[in-house]
Amino acid sequence: MAKSLAELKAIREKKIDEIQLRHGKDGYRVVVGMATCGIASGARPVMIKLMEEVDAKGLVDVTVAQTGCIGSCRLEPIVEVYNAKGEKVTYVHMTPEKVTKVVDEHLALGKVVEEYTMTVVDGKIIDPNVKG
Amino acid sequence: MAYKRSQILICGGTGCTSSGSMNLAKELKKELVKHDIIDEIDVVVTGCFGLCELGPVVIVYPEGTFYSRVEAADIQELVEEHLVKGRPLDRLIYTEKGDGHHPLSINELGFFKKQKRIALKNCGVINPEDIDEYLGFGGYTAIEKVLLTMSPQDVINEIKASGLRGRGGGGFPTGLKWQFAHDAVSEDGVKYVVCNADEGDPGAFMDRSVLEGDPHSLIEAMAIAAYAIGSSKGYVYVRAEYPIAVKRLQIAIDQAKDYGLLGNNIFDTDFSFDLEIRLGAGAFVCGEETALMNSIEGKRGEPRPRPPFPANKGLFGKPTVLNNVETYANITAIILKGAEWFASVGTEKSKGTKVFALGGKINNTGLLEIPMGTTLREIVYEIGGGIPNGRAFKAAQTGGPSGGCIPAALLDTKIDYDNLIAIGSMMGSGGLIVMDEDNCMVDVARFFLDFTQDESCGKCPPCRIGTKRMLEILERICDGKGIKGDIERLQELAEGIKASALCGLGQTAPNPVLSTIHYFRDEYEAHINDKKCPAGVCKHLLDYTIDEETCKGCGICAKKCPVDAISGEKKKPFSIDLAKCIKCGSCIEACPFGSISRA
Repeated sequence: MAKSLAELKAIREKKIDEIQLRHGKDGYRVVVGMATCGIASGARPVMIKLMEEVDAKGLVDVTVAQTGCIGSCRLEPIVEVYNAKGEKVTYVHMTPEKVTKVVDEHLALGKVVEEYTMTVVDGKIIDPNVKG
Repeated sequence: MAYKRSQILICGGTGCTSSGSMNLAKELKKELVKHDIIDEIDVVVTGCFGLCELGPVVIVYPEGTFYSRVEAADIQELVEEHLVKGRPLDRLIYTEKGDGHHPLSINELGFFKKQKRIALKNCGVINPEDIDEYLGFGGYTAIEKVLLTMSPQDVINEIKASGLRGRGGGGFPTGLKWQFAHDAVSEDGVKYVVCNADEGDPGAFMDRSVLEGDPHSLIEAMAIAAYAIGSSKGYVYVRAEYPIAVKRLQIAIDQAKDYGLLGNNIFDTDFSFDLEIRLGAGAFVCGEETALMNSIEGKRGEPRPRPPFPANKGLFGKPTVLNNVETYANITAIILKGAEWFASVGTEKSKGTKVFALGGKINNTGLLEIPMGTTLREIVYEIGGGIPNGRAFKAAQTGGPSGGCIPAALLDTKIDYDNLIAIGSMMGSGGLIVMDEDNCMVDVARFFLDFTQDESCGKCPPCRIGTKRMLEILERICDGKGIKGDIERLQELAEGIKASALCGLGQTAPNPVLSTIHYFRDEYEAHINDKKCPAGVCKHLLDYTIDEETCKGCGICAKKCPVDAISGEKKKPFSIDLAKCIKCGSCIEACPFGSISRA
């Protein structure tokens, strides 16, 4: 079927999102810990939710990637968010439900979701559930 | 799920395909299904990345991790480690020679750092069989701009101002060529646009890579050329020996027709354009433009005298624009980014970039695109990664059978059309063969003359008879039967052929001989006067000897010798009967003590 100029434009725009990966993006880079410990504690549904949300909110600059064991297996699933400068925020004990808030606030608006990060008391990492 | 977290690019160029990349794609999809992650990852088969030496090549995005020499057996581990657990698989990541560093992204490789990709911008980046990917990378926006906002003369002015010159070797200004065809009058209004994709130089594969990796850019550029000169019909003449290129180009043409980007009234304008492929049957001379047009017309592939030039009387006697694949591959970028941008790259008289197929004695065999004005030294040592096995650079051959050899003393020459001609070579279509101290320059000249002599169409006597006589002299020099005055005889013949041959093939055929005589005359003299081949290549000039001091008399060499030329008593030095010896070299390889030498 011959395509009109508008249809060609629509195809281009749809493809640009997919292709963005090959250019390298400037936005947040979200890394999900996907070693055995992460997978066992439910990192896959977290990552899939993350991908769905990033796509749904049209955040084309965000990269979702996975990594191996981050080192704090008891805090898995762990999601780390790096900004363009390489500074990172670590979210622990993540769930698909928590992902929505991280995407809406941190990835879309740049506001760190403090309540899901870890807390250090006397040099010891405290579970965020204990916070408050 | 629409969102893909990762894309795996597999090179589907001819080089990687022959080392098994299509198998990898199948295996990869199987593993992704097994791990149930097929929905979140894209597998894309692309054109040539350029590092053919390391094929099959696989790149995983978003990281840009560069895996080389991947085999089907590696795929299971690769998927498990990198894609399930997110750990790049170290053992398959390419290590640049000389250091143990594993670059995690292709952008870190020295091979890519000095390059600037205009003609190859989409090669190894998009899936050439998917028009939507080409559109996503800005495809068909140049023709849109041209048809909706520019007059044919605007287009020609833009190409003229860019300074683009023909990439097939001659270096004729492209804009001027288009102007001639635009101004030429055709009684019935018919004009043609032709693409020369009959790439025949030994070792050259630039055009093939564009056809395989980015066929739509050729279609788009030819449509722009057609609009500029007032044509509605185009032909791509491509050699039948390029099956993948032909297949992908045909797919691209079909897709473009389906989308209404080829055919009648494109974008509802008055402009119509149709494109057809014509297959060449393997004659080198058909890369010469007038012979090529004869071949398209169904006649014998023999050149025609010029004038008249194709711009006035070309294909079927009509005004015709004929450009090379790489020339067309620059057009869309010039239209979109402007002539000024293009002219800012390169040297004063050679604008833009040039694609080279790098081969011979070099670490990174492959395809590269550099700004004009890059030095040969940068290409050989920085992009090419130097000479293997610690050997020394001796010469670089550019321009294929029409070019010449550039010696080490001229390594700092800035590469452009005029500089290469000034040092007795030429740009040619982009073959670049590196030679080290083990290459005999007389033998190299003989090789190229053998090629052109074989490929001469036979129409004009200077080329048909002249190249044959030159080859005979070169053969006798290599056989140790050279006689005093042979060098002068070669030079005299060469000048005569250059001045009187009908087409480019004959006019340039003597170049490899003239340039090797100019820079390596001492090697010719050693062959003729001393009956020696300094590089140890010409068999007839080599004598094999066994060193009596170090020979232990083990007899292994005698057993290996296929013609029983070696004899001796056990535990005493053996000897070679030079009358029987066929100089095959088996004994040198066999000797455990390194006692046999040739000189």
